[in-house]
Amino acid sequence: MDRQFWTYLGWRVLQSLVIIAIVIVGSFLLLHLVPGDMVDVLGGQRGDMDAELMATLRERYGLDQPVLVQLLNYVGSVLQGDLGYSYRNATDVLSLVLQRLPATILLVVCSVITAVFFGTMAGVIAARHAHRPIDVIISMIVLVFYATPIFLTGLGLVIVFSVKLKLLPIGGLITPGVDFSFLELVGDVALHLILPVFSLSLFYIAIYARLARASMLQVLDQDYIRTAYAKGLSTYNVIIGHALRNALLPVVTMVGLQIAELFGGAVLTETIFSLPGVGRLAYDAVFERDYPLILGVLLVCAFIIIVVNLIIDIIYTLLDPRVEISR
Amino acid sequence: MQEQEQGAALLDVRKLSVLIKQSSRQKVRAVDAVSFSVGVGETLALVGESGAGKSLTAMAIMRLHKAQSMGVEADSIRLDGQELSTLSDREIRKIRGSTMAMIFQDPLSSLNPVLTVERQLVEAIRLHNDMSAAAARQRALELLDMVRIPAAKSRLGEYSHRLSGGMRQRVMIAMALAGNPKLILADEPTTALDVTISAQILDLLRELQTELGVGMLFITHDLHAVRSIAHRVAVMYSGRIVETGNVEDVFSRPHHPYTEGLLAARPHGSFSLDGHKLREIPGTVPSPADRPAGCAFGPRCNRSQPDCESQPPSLRNETGARTSFACYHPLKEVPA
Repeated sequence: MDRQFWTYLGWRVLQSLVIIAIVIVGSFLLLHLVPGDMVDVLGGQRGDMDAELMATLRERYGLDQPVLVQLLNYVGSVLQGDLGYSYRNATDVLSLVLQRLPATILLVVCSVITAVFFGTMAGVIAARHAHRPIDVIISMIVLVFYATPIFLTGLGLVIVFSVKLKLLPIGGLITPGVDFSFLELVGDVALHLILPVFSLSLFYIAIYARLARASMLQVLDQDYIRTAYAKGLSTYNVIIGHALRNALLPVVTMVGLQIAELFGGAVLTETIFSLPGVGRLAYDAVFERDYPLILGVLLVCAFIIIVVNLIIDIIYTLLDPRVEISR
Repeated sequence: MQEQEQGAALLDVRKLSVLIKQSSRQKVRAVDAVSFSVGVGETLALVGESGAGKSLTAMAIMRLHKAQSMGVEADSIRLDGQELSTLSDREIRKIRGSTMAMIFQDPLSSLNPVLTVERQLVEAIRLHNDMSAAAARQRALELLDMVRIPAAKSRLGEYSHRLSGGMRQRVMIAMALAGNPKLILADEPTTALDVTISAQILDLLRELQTELGVGMLFITHDLHAVRSIAHRVAVMYSGRIVETGNVEDVFSRPHHPYTEGLLAARPHGSFSLDGHKLREIPGTVPSPADRPAGCAFGPRCNRSQPDCESQPPSLRNETGARTSFACYHPLKEVPA
């Protein structure tokens, strides 16, 4: 890692800060376009609030100020590391999000790994046997994965594996009320994650399989593959040693683009499998008009997505030496 | 140089044909029953226009042709005493890169862009030699020295896109030498390079060939390259060999009208605007799909007679002629 690399990193961090600023302002203003505020929701639920109490509440939470002032206040507190206070949960937003984050990260990371691994493998096998029965079968399965919505896959998997076969837990992240040792805990969490991970990643398995197949077919046609065969390498070694790395490049690009979508998919998956993650937190926050919480979730997710994309760009330069790091 | 005796030939190809599947029914003979041999330490140049079947011939020998769309037929392909045409794919893999190695036309696209020179070289070395990683690295350095790459050590970690065209082709040659081949098939190795670099690569190949005593099948459409590197030459036209012999004989006394036309189409010495025009052969090469029934060159030939259309002439050796040619009405003694 030379000086050029650090210049590049500094530049990217600067870019990221601008993006985060845009996310903050954008989502703040967007939420304020929605008619009604938190006090309206509270009043509606309690039913006995008079206009005076509502005005007092608005004053206390700064909701009576002009939007621009509220925005500046919010930005100011975010800069101090304070993402605001969730009225509904009576906790500060940051600790609430951080508390839910591990489950989501676990889900998303496992899904990405599953999707890339199985997707690429299916794609490579299909490309290797292009236009033959194996390819056709893989393509058909992949098409089904591609066409099935996440919630349907999730519910279907639950019905088959949890309800009928009783093989896997129906939801949650840990079996409650059991005292586990560390290893048992890992096993238990893994067991709980199988269904959510597969329902979230099946769609992406399909995408990566199609991408890897197309990319592999293109790579297998290149002159350097012929060179590899001319050396006397076996087909397996040609594919693993010479073709795969080149064929993976578009897949890696795609992963960066789809991390954001995966967070979106996590909302659905966490709801279906009642996982204590950020997705479900956001889902609940939307229904409760818990604006600071929604903003906090958006902000933290945006931050993670930006960091992941930076990492992916760096991985890309490691995979493809032709891509030189520069501004 | 004397004509090779059959027994001593390093590579002996008998009636090799390459068929390209056009549709499920139709097959086209892109290479039509060519026979030739390459002796130990000898360079045979395979010359012809694009589409004459030169590269396909080499691919078929290496069995690198696309098996899905092409078929190969041969009475025999003998390399160093071993019959290749009956070997399984697994067996031929052991010979590829060791007994016979290939150099390709475009060194940039022929080198893997994401692997270092070292990775690609060491891989070729260790595939055919039982060597430790360290010894293989040492051997890689030797090979780079052998192909006259300066500062070889610093080139090992480079990727192909950071090397010059000539340097890339040198790396390709080093890779071909990794398995200590007896036969090198060079498929237009200088075509993608500019003139000065191409001359350097030709020099290198000629020197290596003498130094190592390997046989070489050198494919080109560049007659100057033939002259500078080859001992013998086989001229291909529309999938067939039309004339073959020692380079000097073919160049000075061609008997086949096509060879004569090719030689006449070369630019000579000085370039002048008002001087003699470049002679060209009228017409174009027929595609293998609608090759005439008789001599494939017949329709373009100024010496053709009605009997040329009956059936294709086979390569023969006429008394007094120093080359073999496939022509019913060959040129007799032509002044050089």
